[in-house]
Amino acid sequence: MPAPIRIAHLSDIPEGEGRLVEAAGMHIAVFRTRAGVFATQPDCPHRQGPLADGLTGTHTVMCPLHDRTYDLRTGAGVNTECSITTYPLTVDQDGAILLEMATA
Amino acid sequence: MGDRPVENAAMTRQRLVVIGNGMAGARAVEEVLARGGADMFEITMFGDEPYGNYNRIMLSNVLSGVQDSSEIYINPLDWYADNAITLHTGSPVTGIDRAARVVMSAAGVKAHYDVLLIATGSRAFIPPIDNIRDATGELREGVFGFRSIDDCNGIMQTARRSKVAAVIGGGLLGLEAARGLLNHGCEVHVVHQSKHLMNAQLDTHGGAILCRQMEAMGITIHLGKSTEAVLGDGRIAGLRFKDGGTLACDMLVVSAGIRPNIEVAQRAGLTVERAIVVDNHMRCLDDRRIFVVGECAQHRGMVYGLVAPLWDQAKVFADHVTDRNLDAAYHGSKLATKLKVMGVELASMGITEPADARDEVIQFSEPGRGTYKKLIVRDGRLVGGILMGDISKAAYLMQAFDRDSALPDERLGLLFDLGTPSQKVTLDEMPGDQQVCNCNGVTKEAIGACVKSGRNTTKAVMDATRAGMGCGSCKSLVGEVVAWFAGGVLEEDPSIHYYVPCIPMTKPDLVAAVREQGLRSVSSVFAALAGGIEDAASKPALASLLVTLWAGEYQDERDARFINDRVHANIQKDGTFSVIPEMPGGITTPDDLIRIATVAKKYNVPLVKLTGGQRIDLVGVSKEDLPKMWADLGMPSGHAYGKSYRTCKSCIGTEFCRFGLGDSMGLATKIEKRFRGVDSPAKLKLATAGCPRNCSEAMVKDIGAVAVGNDKWEIYVGGAAGAHIRKGDVLCTVDGEDAVMQITARFMQYYRENAKWKERTYTFVERVGIERLRAVVVDDSDGIVEALDAAMQRSVDAAYDPWREAVHPRTANQFSDLLVADGA
Repeated sequence: MPAPIRIAHLSDIPEGEGRLVEAAGMHIAVFRTRAGVFATQPDCPHRQGPLADGLTGTHTVMCPLHDRTYDLRTGAGVNTECSITTYPLTVDQDGAILLEMATA
Repeated sequence: MGDRPVENAAMTRQRLVVIGNGMAGARAVEEVLARGGADMFEITMFGDEPYGNYNRIMLSNVLSGVQDSSEIYINPLDWYADNAITLHTGSPVTGIDRAARVVMSAAGVKAHYDVLLIATGSRAFIPPIDNIRDATGELREGVFGFRSIDDCNGIMQTARRSKVAAVIGGGLLGLEAARGLLNHGCEVHVVHQSKHLMNAQLDTHGGAILCRQMEAMGITIHLGKSTEAVLGDGRIAGLRFKDGGTLACDMLVVSAGIRPNIEVAQRAGLTVERAIVVDNHMRCLDDRRIFVVGECAQHRGMVYGLVAPLWDQAKVFADHVTDRNLDAAYHGSKLATKLKVMGVELASMGITEPADARDEVIQFSEPGRGTYKKLIVRDGRLVGGILMGDISKAAYLMQAFDRDSALPDERLGLLFDLGTPSQKVTLDEMPGDQQVCNCNGVTKEAIGACVKSGRNTTKAVMDATRAGMGCGSCKSLVGEVVAWFAGGVLEEDPSIHYYVPCIPMTKPDLVAAVREQGLRSVSSVFAALAGGIEDAASKPALASLLVTLWAGEYQDERDARFINDRVHANIQKDGTFSVIPEMPGGITTPDDLIRIATVAKKYNVPLVKLTGGQRIDLVGVSKEDLPKMWADLGMPSGHAYGKSYRTCKSCIGTEFCRFGLGDSMGLATKIEKRFRGVDSPAKLKLATAGCPRNCSEAMVKDIGAVAVGNDKWEIYVGGAAGAHIRKGDVLCTVDGEDAVMQITARFMQYYRENAKWKERTYTFVERVGIERLRAVVVDDSDGIVEALDAAMQRSVDAAYDPWREAVHPRTANQFSDLLVADGA
């Protein structure tokens, strides 16, 4: 299995917010809530809203355009039939955020 | 038992295979499941389209942009998994081997059946028009049917780059397609073979009224035109009619009726005429194991293209295959339909013209208002009817038509409500088996049973019965019927009184708790009052409440802000932002205009637009450019993005206007300089007018000051002229601009402290009442005006120009569009 790749550092993502990151040849939205870090596909399946600009809950993100909300752990829609792709992340002891390449 | 499905279900389940995953197939399976079918059958479904099951009726909403295609699914893919249904999508069935009882699909799937349901529905009929297909037999580029999500997506994509769109077919679907195309900015032509529109449902007169209404919306209607050929070699270039005329167009939607999908049944040797022939049990004539429902079924010579018959057929089918009711029989449906064509409400039933010497015609026409009513009565019973414009009598008439019941002698009362009984009496009188929701066949009784089973909210009843979930036109009636059955014990979701849904407290209780516990940040409120669980949607509401309470002591957490308030600009549909500099009272200078223009050019701003608030909007800016543009502009933020004081418009006033009674521009500037940057539960838009001519529309703003002479100003509050229109109430008349400033501040602060999150002043003023507001704010009945003044002063002092963050970003990568990882 290829080694995980470093996509950002905890200090790049302010607490409770998301940022759009380019890594492994693709765009992903990375979130840091008070419960951990999460990664998802960048666009909302509804009208392609930028999820990284959304408000986060403990385990959710709400698209800034039309409030479609998704569970960051599973990608399941909370108030919508749509769901999104999520990617597993780990954080190393130096605070680097790592993406498991096997899934990327 | 013969070859009927066996009932020892626990031992061996029978195999039910369904060909077709449209509204009919899925509905039939739902009916089977509702009768305990999950224990009796292993269910396999085949669908041509690669999707779950969706509401085809709503495709016109998707096309017109009212709904997104994701919103019209009835059964998403999860539903199949949850009910242990094997679904083969994108897998058309190619053959049925009746001897072996096997269904085969193009993808090579074979499925054995004990019971087979054919629900293949129908497809768009493409008339034999020269050159409409390309060499491979497919529809030419730019030509579409209007039948599926894929058709819909194709039409929308093509409409974007088309100028002129033609629709062949002036029936219901054709007109809806035309309406949708209009929304995509095309010039739209409807070509109809008959002499009037919707000839299946309307007579000549009704068709003519509809035609005028369509034309008023900008659609060109060509009646009595038969299309002979499609012009153009590659993509379509136009149409040629049989009379020799032509029409240039660059796309074409064909909506000329439907044809049942019968080929598979035909190859299997089943009796097929116009469609697959069935008996009263919805079973085909040739094979007792095979049933047929929906648009591909022919029952007593009739083939139906509406949903209501399909629901009845699905029930009869399910009753038989589950042994629930072996007497169930389908006796055909009377064609009555209620619909909305391009905003025109319409109900139609039975025949459209008298057909017998005995037929009595009752009609009323008011073409100017688009109202037309026509009833055809035979032997005291309704045999046909058309209602346009005003369809308030439709429910009664459709029921009378459906049941063939005797009509009252007083015919006038059939067309109009003369001294109507109250709604309550009407619901009392409504028979139990009358349908409330025609799309899903839900009766008054069924709603009653659902309420008795403990579902005491309209939403719960709708979820359980599907009432109101078809076209949606009966939603309010469903609510009334639920309330009627609940008899006043209609449960109110208690959370509607909470300030935010995740904390069970009203706003006053929440304010008290926040003060008592000294909660100064949003995360501390979640930690103390919501069990530490953060709710995204509640964050901005809590932030607004805390900043109003604590002003300068508020501990700002950036993640509690909506994106607009994190980057001080308004997010647009494509994720870009808009930049609106402050421009108090709409007053600017040549130097400012030059600066704005220079910045707009430097950053290639795609759109420069004057706003409704008398400012200049630079739209389509990337996040990264925002701070650079602000720095280059050197102007303060216009706060055109937040729940806050927004702007104050003005007219010319005494400065130049020959009618001016007060210095509206000066006052607007004072107001803007004082209140800019002050948060509030919802946006606040203000205006000042130099005289009661009200050129700046001050009477319909959240707060408006109108000069009435002798240095007096009338103060209006709670006005609105957006989605909601309301003339403001006069709060008071005051002497001088200082008094205007003072009353404005007190009203704003009282509103800030007492309004619900996102409650605009027009709702707030109506809720609290203008007398109460006048007592508190003007007459100081509660002795709080000094506290209001002081609180507002703290907020004014705490306000700042957020665009200064351009120099000192507040969070990591605050204005970055994209972080690029090492080696990415």
